[in-house]
Amino acid sequence: MNVMTPIVRDPAAEKFDTKRLLEHAEQQAADRRYEDFMIVDVDSHHYETGSYKDIFQYIEDPIIRDQFVHTKGQTLMLRSTGGFQEMAGRITRYEHRGAEPVPGAARHRDIVVTLKWMDALGVDVACLFPTPMLGLGLNPIIEVEAQYARAYNRWLTEHILAEEPRIVSMLYLPMNDPVAALKMVEDFSGRQGVVGFLVTTVRYKPLHDNAYMKLYRALEERGLPLAFHAATNWGDQSMHITNRFIASHALGFTWFNIVHMTNWVVNGIPERFPGLKSVWIESGLAWVPFLMQRLDNEYMMRSSEAPSLKRKPSDYMREMFYTSQPMEMIGNRTMLEETFKMINAETQLVYASDYPHWDMDLPSTIYDLPFLDLQAKKNILGENARKLFKLDTILSPEKKARLKERAAAVA
Amino acid sequence: MAQVFVCNELEMKDGDVRIVRQDRIEVGVYRHAGAYYAYRNHCAHQGGPACEGIVRNKVIDLLGPDKSFLGQTYDDNEPHIVCPWHGWEYKLTTGECAPDPKLRLRRHEVVKREGGVYVVI
Repeated sequence: MNVMTPIVRDPAAEKFDTKRLLEHAEQQAADRRYEDFMIVDVDSHHYETGSYKDIFQYIEDPIIRDQFVHTKGQTLMLRSTGGFQEMAGRITRYEHRGAEPVPGAARHRDIVVTLKWMDALGVDVACLFPTPMLGLGLNPIIEVEAQYARAYNRWLTEHILAEEPRIVSMLYLPMNDPVAALKMVEDFSGRQGVVGFLVTTVRYKPLHDNAYMKLYRALEERGLPLAFHAATNWGDQSMHITNRFIASHALGFTWFNIVHMTNWVVNGIPERFPGLKSVWIESGLAWVPFLMQRLDNEYMMRSSEAPSLKRKPSDYMREMFYTSQPMEMIGNRTMLEETFKMINAETQLVYASDYPHWDMDLPSTIYDLPFLDLQAKKNILGENARKLFKLDTILSPEKKARLKERAAAVA
Repeated sequence: MAQVFVCNELEMKDGDVRIVRQDRIEVGVYRHAGAYYAYRNHCAHQGGPACEGIVRNKVIDLLGPDKSFLGQTYDDNEPHIVCPWHGWEYKLTTGECAPDPKLRLRRHEVVKREGGVYVVI
């Protein structure tokens, strides 16, 4: 046997570094030649908590602004969607991300960190969302949701989206105040990086309420998609009877989108606004075939209760968009393949990482599926979202450099 | 196959980990209860650096004689390697994936000789 001298590291002695953590992802990107096509990540996150001081200055109401300043943001979290995301230290990036040194003080830390993980994963454009704000729809003070959402959107568009073309977002809508939500669309449409608007679905005001019709019309007229981002609410009466985060998370992240999707369809919103594209985020995929079958079966018996529909519920659902993460990849690939067929994945599925959250998915979760041909993989990983968001085809500087290296190697 | 030098025996104490890289292959070398274990640093889930996370003992439910739930505790006899990307857990002494033994981290042989620790890659 040979005796060799390798590189030996002690991970306990190393400082947290996103690039190091995602080294294997970067290797996957190189091995799979992601530089050959554009990857769009439709659901990723940053922690807006790190920028609270700056965001609070954008709150227009001086009373609410002072509340936020003095509670250090707890005004936002009167009720929250939080849980044990970090798994008691098992997901190390939660504990250590704050201490990561970020060179290049000229750029906002969130831009630098976001580009770092995007480059490691092979993502060219990422749709960035906040984190604690996923629970803002639970806030009992309607003005707090409206004021904070507007402040965050102003801060995000001015300090992040305007500064980095590879980062885009669908902006938070304060749905407990339909007038403020409509004004958000009117005021922020057309700003750099605004590719749609977002409903966080942990909320209890039904989305088919007449108060929202002007909002949906405004989005349809502008050709902007409306996204529904799921979360869980451990305080919800049904979730309250679960005692493990795995239960609240597994159920809650599907349940809230199931409820709103059901209302959306049986109230005929897709018939009323046929040009309004919807995107259903972070519920995985297995719930879609379940709900399609369930609603179709009941609709055939009770079509009188959904008279606006001209087709079966699943026909409308098949025309909507779904993000891939967290994709149910355990054990039954036949079911997954059938799910892809049922949702017209080749045109309607869009890749999402959800990075840096604990259940993030790499592009390889799509790229390595044996039942997809290369064009379907490219569509799901980037092309479907590029068309949905009307983006130009762009590749990251890292990918361009890899292409150049390959060309040089051939020459 | 080659014996790759990890460290001198005295350098690693119980609980320590070293990541050894030889070309494209990375191996995590563990010392636990005086013994050495080595596994490919590649999670069966999405390819994460499984050996660069924490080691945490298995969690168990405590049940009473009537099967009522009394609480939880750690099983100090079953340390788990936890992948830092998503939390997949593997038994440190076997490499088996804790919730599904059909999956595992690839095991590498560790050799101790002349005061040195070597891993076979």
